[in-house]
Amino acid sequence: MTRMKNRKLRSNLITYGIVIAAFIAVQALQSAGRLSSLMAGLLVPLCVYVVLAVSLNLVVGISGELSLGHAGFMCVGAFTSAFFTNLVKDTITISGLRFFLAILIGAAFAGIFGLLIGIPVLRLRGDYLAIVTLAFGEIIKNIMNLFYIGKDSAGYHMSLKDQFSMGMEPTGKMIISGPMGITGTPKDASFLAGVILILVTLYIVLHLIDSRDGRAIMAIRDNRIAAESVGLNVMKFKLMAFTVSAGLAGAAGALYAHNLATLQAKKFDYNTSILTLVFVVLGGIGNIRGSVIAAVVLTALPEMLRGLSNYRMLIYSIVLIVMMIFNWAPKVLEWRERHLGRFFRRGREEVM
Amino acid sequence: MSFLSYLINGISLGSVYAIIALGYTMVYGIARMLNFAHGDVIMVGGYAAFTCSMTLGISPVLSILAAVVVCTLLGVVIETIAYRPLLEAASPLAVLITAIGVSYFLQNAVLLIFGSNPKSFQSLISIPDLKLADGALNISGETIVTIISCIVIMVVLTLFVNKTKMGQAMLAVSEDKGAAQLSGINVNGTIALTFAIGSGLAAIAGVLLCSSYPSLSPYTGAMPGIKAFVAAVFGGIGSIPGAFLGGILLGVIEIMAKGYISTQLSDAIVFGVLIIVLLVKPSGLLGKKIQEKV
Repeated sequence: MTRMKNRKLRSNLITYGIVIAAFIAVQALQSAGRLSSLMAGLLVPLCVYVVLAVSLNLVVGISGELSLGHAGFMCVGAFTSAFFTNLVKDTITISGLRFFLAILIGAAFAGIFGLLIGIPVLRLRGDYLAIVTLAFGEIIKNIMNLFYIGKDSAGYHMSLKDQFSMGMEPTGKMIISGPMGITGTPKDASFLAGVILILVTLYIVLHLIDSRDGRAIMAIRDNRIAAESVGLNVMKFKLMAFTVSAGLAGAAGALYAHNLATLQAKKFDYNTSILTLVFVVLGGIGNIRGSVIAAVVLTALPEMLRGLSNYRMLIYSIVLIVMMIFNWAPKVLEWRERHLGRFFRRGREEVM
Repeated sequence: MSFLSYLINGISLGSVYAIIALGYTMVYGIARMLNFAHGDVIMVGGYAAFTCSMTLGISPVLSILAAVVVCTLLGVVIETIAYRPLLEAASPLAVLITAIGVSYFLQNAVLLIFGSNPKSFQSLISIPDLKLADGALNISGETIVTIISCIVIMVVLTLFVNKTKMGQAMLAVSEDKGAAQLSGINVNGTIALTFAIGSGLAAIAGVLLCSSYPSLSPYTGAMPGIKAFVAAVFGGIGSIPGAFLGGILLGVIEIMAKGYISTQLSDAIVFGVLIIVLLVKPSGLLGKKIQEKV
């Protein structure tokens, strides 16, 4: 038991270590001026996707439910946090504190949404659950597209139709303008903040996995009926994983929103959810470190292929298909075991 | 009158969804996979018909046939190369992600060949509009053809599945792969056949869709694909009449929501109805309830 605990602790420390080492390496490159502006612009999005992938892995890998609506929670977090920042940007001028509060607010709202959506959705199973989460994600995106909120001397105005039906003074300022989204959010996000968010996310998720609650969640994943029969409250534990995951996605959304001049709801469609799922599956379902690495590699890959211009997405898709077959096809696995067994050992305990 | 015309337009759009949903539902029934690339096969069908009729000047009927052939072959090729090695994989997610890869591949291949500018698709259907009630109700030729093709496809497919040997083999494979193999059914061949039929139907859906909504881009298939997937789940995934019913209902709800409530909200309403249906009846309208065993 203690040995297993030690091994887990070591494995977790390696995961944190990789993130910190990557951060130091990037900082070194940046100060040496060896980082292209393209890559520098990619640093915060990389952090966003890592947090998203790790949080989705909590639902897909640890809780065993296929969720296709992760971008919806990211959307909630992005919009609530950016809205908050725009409200207080004149009162709170310390950008670090403001950003910290914004992330907390984004995570809290996304978590609440996760809880509210999770209660009905988690009663469903398998592919039905997947399609309903996809539906919720699209609904959130569609509704966010409708919000018009502005502020003038008389206070706040809101409309779900258009800018003109709000009856706002001409001097008023729009905060959210429908499909145009939120503009003028201060750029509070930085690579350092992103890395700290990754570390916090990793701590929350890894800590949850290694706790009693985490073992209950995994027991339910492995055999729901058996878990139920030993007295585990299935709904409670599923909701726990779902809500924590949604909250972390909201935090990722907040990071994303504070890195952009314009925030639009259409960015959070099912393609973003699916992309996150690709990170999770390619990194290894249930393998948190794998999610981190897959998110970084697959986000950076299209940029590294930029020299191939139009062919880059085509190559990306082929790489994706080939990697899936190489990693999952039973016949290929058998062949790998026989010929490359020494290099690719599978069946470590964290791989399902 | 506007209600009637909304209803007819809704049934027409729903017929397209139903044809696409049939492909989804058959593939799901037999391979237990969500074929995310199905929507993009529709788009390829649209481009194939577009190339034949506009660029090569082939007659509409032959263009449609060519599109069906192209998509059928494409479906079989995709199944053999990308999906078959993974159908027995440890996690059902593996083949889902591969399908997403195939979807990206098709979109970007078409993007490279035809460019990103939307093509204006000239309708391949040359049936005059039907004017009823002194011209107050106008039903376009495309609408008529779409609805009729959907009904024909539905009937033929039901007969095929229930009356022919190959159809029975499909049912057997979807029921129990191992037992089907033991009784001498070529399982891989049957799965390939299912993909072929589904993809051929997708080509027809692509032509019908582009004839009614004449703009064709590499991303044309994505949203109808997702909606048809919703329709298949709505009706009970794996069930052929369910796909038909789900498709028609979804189309009608979407057009009614656009007409009476809000264009922007129509998608949200469609998805909202799906959520309500699934919460009340978790296996869809006509789906079988599967009892879980210990």
